[in-house]
Amino acid sequence: MPEIGAWLMLSGTLFTVGLVGVIIRRNMITVLMCIELMLNAVNINLVAFSHRLGSLEGQVFTIFIITVAAGEAAVGLAIIIQLYRLRSTINVDEARELNG
Amino acid sequence: MDQLTASMPLIVFVMIGTVAVASSILVVAMRNPVHSALFLLLTFLCVAVLFVMQKAEFVGAVQVLVYAGGIMVLFLFVVMLINVRHLPDERVLSNFWKGGFLVGLAVFVLFITMVRPGVYHDERVNKSRLSTVVDRVPQNSTKHPGRIGHRKVTRRNVNSEAIANALYNDYLVPFEVASLFLLVAMIGAIVIGKRELSAIEEETMPDYMLERVETEKRVKKESMSA
Repeated sequence: MPEIGAWLMLSGTLFTVGLVGVIIRRNMITVLMCIELMLNAVNINLVAFSHRLGSLEGQVFTIFIITVAAGEAAVGLAIIIQLYRLRSTINVDEARELNG
Repeated sequence: MDQLTASMPLIVFVMIGTVAVASSILVVAMRNPVHSALFLLLTFLCVAVLFVMQKAEFVGAVQVLVYAGGIMVLFLFVVMLINVRHLPDERVLSNFWKGGFLVGLAVFVLFITMVRPGVYHDERVNKSRLSTVVDRVPQNSTKHPGRIGHRKVTRRNVNSEAIANALYNDYLVPFEVASLFLLVAMIGAIVIGKRELSAIEEETMPDYMLERVETEKRVKKESMSA
């Protein structure tokens, strides 16, 4: 069995890829996918520590994170659909009415 | 042969981990959102395999069912609903892509310095809690005849039952809050995604629906003026 550092390294790599994707991509759907990727990397971390410490809490919290990810995807995609209806674009850079 | 069996988890970890990282990079790199979604599906399935490797069978199954089954279908549905081909064929990267790569590099270096292999030593802990359930079975007491005592029965390899015990005993309140959260998310998605009707649709719509829309508009106007 690979040691805990290897699991954390894999999780960190996936998290970094997701973070870079969130920042550099312009397509809003892909940005949401990258957020899901980051949540999944965190799940790997939790399950790895659950296995190392022999305690179930990590797996329980993983289930909660999956729940939150499902809700976030549903609301985020609804917002994207509505933005596409209003502006005919799903480009992150073009939604700048609030000057963010 | 024994050596190969002993190193099998490491081999599987390296293979599946490589596939997961490669497909996650492709999620970011692909131009077409449908391709991104399919590579994201591959990443989720690889992560499910990694969960099963770590005695988290139930979480692995939930990963396949909820992520690969539910969330991916939602993503693909939205990608199909929004007609991507009609979007102008412009550049993929945002204006500050250099800063994005810089931030990614910084975070990655941070992770390497903190959690590189060999920093944490593996403790020899009892991992049986992850997949055993202790039942108390009533039986006739041997010390006091006529009274009922309890006998402990340990069942092994029942990961989902162990999680259910933890979820419904220690984490009951967070569980209920999560169900409330899902309800709120569902209502929010429905309300946000609802569509105003166009003029053509109002013409071709059956009368009873038109009546309902008119009533809604009137009620809204009255509530605005009130």
